[in-house]
Amino acid sequence: MTPVPVEHILFLSTALFFIGMYGLFTRRNLISMLMSVELILNSVNINFVVFNKYFHAGKLDGVFFTIFIITIAAAEAAVALAIIINLFRSHQSIDVEDAAELKEPPTPKGEYGVM
Amino acid sequence: MNAYQIIFYILAAFILGTAILSVTSRKIFRSAIWLLFALIGIAGLYFWMEVEFIAAVQIVVYVGGIVVLIIFSIFLTQQSGKEMQRPPLMRMIASALAVLFGFAFAAVLIHQQGFAGYDGEFLDDMDRIGNALISTGDYGFSLPFEVVSILLLAAMIGCIVIALKAPFKSAPKGET
Repeated sequence: MTPVPVEHILFLSTALFFIGMYGLFTRRNLISMLMSVELILNSVNINFVVFNKYFHAGKLDGVFFTIFIITIAAAEAAVALAIIINLFRSHQSIDVEDAAELKEPPTPKGEYGVM
Repeated sequence: MNAYQIIFYILAAFILGTAILSVTSRKIFRSAIWLLFALIGIAGLYFWMEVEFIAAVQIVVYVGGIVVLIIFSIFLTQQSGKEMQRPPLMRMIASALAVLFGFAFAAVLIHQQGFAGYDGEFLDDMDRIGNALISTGDYGFSLPFEVVSILLLAAMIGCIVIALKAPFKSAPKGET
């Protein structure tokens, strides 16, 4: 048997996922939101490793999914931070509320005009 | 309760505590440092599960790569000592409630499922992982390996293109 009930490890990863969700809901800073996404990805990784180790010990699929998720998370972080730095150059801010050009303009006619 | 279990619960408390601090701290630099500790705790959890390769990858890529990248961009984009503004109270309460309900649902589901299975010894020695990673036969992962390689190349080129200074003069703000 496992030393700790598998449920407890799954509770841990679920709690980590929802902590990441809380950060994603409350933060409005792009870098903080990226950090919350990293937490969520890590909770998924823990789940993959646990299911592979304790339920399908003969296979390696979970380990490989984890490796690929870590790779994609690294690529995603690099691209996201490049976008964030570019956004900071043009807006002097990395708050998501300030990057609203694609939304409907606040005044229907006037300063924005027709594209 | 033996030492193995005690270590697990200490690790779990460490991970959850640092993760909560990471999403609630109002100074963004501290938040990044708490995230660093949470990721180290997760690497410790992988060591505890005896999945050493994933633990090493976690430390190298996450702790050594992503967190350093995040800290760099914090320094490039804002004053690290400045406090972020507090989110509106309604949003905090609503998201805390949503998150608690979500966790309760998921916990009940996991509890009802009652995972008890444990089949056999888990072997994840490097031989096996390395062979599977480049094997093209059954249970081989060479195609996803190549796809991820192309993805990394694309991400690298994309980062360079995005972060370059725009060579053309963009229209001034307010006119477009």
